[in-house]
Amino acid sequence: MSITEYNGSALVAMVGKNCFAIASDRRLGVQLQTIATDFQRISKIHDRLFIGLSGLATDSQTLYQRLVFRHKLYQLREERDMKPETFASLVSALLYEKRFGPYFCQPVIAGLSDEDKPFICTMDSIGAKELAKDFVVAGTAGESLYGACEAMFKPDMEPDELFETVSQALLSSVDRDCLSGWGGHVYIVTPTEIKERILKGRMD
Amino acid sequence: MGDSQYSFSLTTFSPSGKLVQIEHALTAVGSGQTSLGIKASNGVVIATEKKLPSILVDESSVHKIQSLTPNIGVVYSGMGPDFRVLVRKSRKQAEQYHRLYKEPIPVTQLVRETAAVMQEFTQSGGVRPFGVSLLVAGYDDKGPQLYQVDPSGSYFSWKASAMGKNVSNAKTFLEKRYVEEMELDDAVHTAILTLKEGFEGQISEKNIEIGIIGEKKEFRVLTPNEIRDYLAEVE
Repeated sequence: MSITEYNGSALVAMVGKNCFAIASDRRLGVQLQTIATDFQRISKIHDRLFIGLSGLATDSQTLYQRLVFRHKLYQLREERDMKPETFASLVSALLYEKRFGPYFCQPVIAGLSDEDKPFICTMDSIGAKELAKDFVVAGTAGESLYGACEAMFKPDMEPDELFETVSQALLSSVDRDCLSGWGGHVYIVTPTEIKERILKGRMD
Repeated sequence: MGDSQYSFSLTTFSPSGKLVQIEHALTAVGSGQTSLGIKASNGVVIATEKKLPSILVDESSVHKIQSLTPNIGVVYSGMGPDFRVLVRKSRKQAEQYHRLYKEPIPVTQLVRETAAVMQEFTQSGGVRPFGVSLLVAGYDDKGPQLYQVDPSGSYFSWKASAMGKNVSNAKTFLEKRYVEEMELDDAVHTAILTLKEGFEGQISEKNIEIGIIGEKKEFRVLTPNEIRDYLAEVE
């Protein structure tokens, strides 16, 4: 089994009208045994920028610490928050630094620009960016998430509808994956507020 | 002896609290050719004298104004060779920033990095301070910007500034002529007039250089033909 499937994960980000959603499952496992059911894979970088790190949990946490460190230094140096595009390039550069011994992570980045334009992107474990206009997925449930998102996504959804869509896509996908699940964690980010919700699903 | 005991190790303070090597570097700048910069409402202009040691030198081969990135340009007063070193280091810094963030380096960041290099050369062993002051002109998300960087590594943001020979005259002239809402074209005229003030001999498109950056955020050095047109307008 691949090391990226050791802990299990499901991550998805979706674009709405002047808003975006980023969601993940809550399971942390060791192969088929479940260790924790309240695991956090999505983290806030600043008020309008989030990153989810799928893959090996230990590497996700290390990478997250390094990213926070770099972002804090950037904030102090430049007296501003990073743009989502800029942050994505930083993540990409940090991942490629470890080209021949990578972090076993596939990040999902979602943010709002200064003009309230949503930005989402994902990349592989060595930092090759994949930009999308609609949605991006990652983790062991990635394949099923693609199917669910392709079926359910509509352009220019309002925050409430976006929440419903992303939650349904996530919950139905993790049911098809043994390594992810145990509910979900959803963030809906609009220019004015961040809504954070915990989902219950099939808790097995 | 006086200061001379303290003038060899550049990292040793004199009893009066000065680092004399830095003062000497500033003297080198002060005796260099005049350069100046003016920030307009929609751009920045930098300009300098280009006095050559002999009429036999091909003036088209001398470039005192250089670009660091597409939207940042720089001019110096003082020692030409030292300037080249700084330009090389600054360009490298700008490129590294771009490689990391896929975004052009903000003017403030590049100025700070360049100033940091100049500071390092006042506190390291086996080196001497740079014999140049820089005027950095750029245009980014924060609008038009003009910075001056000195050999000590200190830097300031200016609306208009001058350095080199005749600084005080040039600065007084700029203080009289400067208006807040000046447009780029007017700023070029003012720059030429200021250079003309302290100019020894006849000013021409061959013995000055002018660099401009406008709202398009593209820095460029004016060609001799363009300078001649501006000179004609000033007359």
